[in-house]
Amino acid sequence: MVPLSWYLVLGAILFVIGLVGVLQRRNVLIVLMCLELMLNSVSINLIAFSYHLQDLRGHIFAIFVITITAAEVAVALALVIAMMRNRRVLQVDRINLMSG
Amino acid sequence: MEALFFLLFAAMATVAALGVVLARNPVYSALSLIACFVQVAALFVLLRAPFLAAVQIFVYVGTTIVLFILVIVMLDLRQAILDRFIPGSRFWAPFVAVSLGGIIVAALLASDRLAELSSNLQSAPLTLTGTTRELGIALFTQFLLPFEVISVILLVALVGAILLAKKEHK
Repeated sequence: MVPLSWYLVLGAILFVIGLVGVLQRRNVLIVLMCLELMLNSVSINLIAFSYHLQDLRGHIFAIFVITITAAEVAVALALVIAMMRNRRVLQVDRINLMSG
Repeated sequence: MEALFFLLFAAMATVAALGVVLARNPVYSALSLIACFVQVAALFVLLRAPFLAAVQIFVYVGTTIVLFILVIVMLDLRQAILDRFIPGSRFWAPFVAVSLGGIIVAALLASDRLAELSSNLQSAPLTLTGTTRELGIALFTQFLLPFEVISVILLVALVGAILLAKKEHK
């Protein structure tokens, strides 16, 4: 049996990699992909705890995380298309219409 | 044997995740993300959650990444390939992230409850199977309200996405 802490460390590593992408990448699509990566690393933790505690609630929580992610991606990509159509920018540091 | 497979999948997932962050072309990022998600699905199988592994592949690889690639081919990405990173973030962003990772791992190692949990686990009986039947019963009895709420959220997201992406009639 693989120790619980290995899964938690893997989750932390993937979360940190996703965070670097969110903070550093300039293209909004890649930022969204890295966000997916961070959410997925959290699901790893949930399922690892679920297995080690023999508790179904982690699975249910992970299903909800996946569902919310799907909804989030649909809305975010619609926003990206609208942004591209109206202002032709995709760089996160140039999306500053509302900053005075 | 299981540990060997875990290390294999974990290493491949990490490499693929790095590929997502470092790739120049967004299409390569999306393909790396597919590789990463497939590895995570394999980890779910190791954690005896076959239904979630299937959902992971269907929803993430089958829907989310396909949507991403669809949007990528619709857009002009020459600018994205030219400047990958936000100017001036080359040092502070990795620093912030690595410090956060260090804090997380230190907290894990220092946690008494986690150590206690890990020592108690070896003798715990394996009653959870993670099958569709078990999940379905839980989802439709104990977690019925969250299930209904999430379906409303999906509906709202669907309508919102169509509304946002629609061409405006002048």
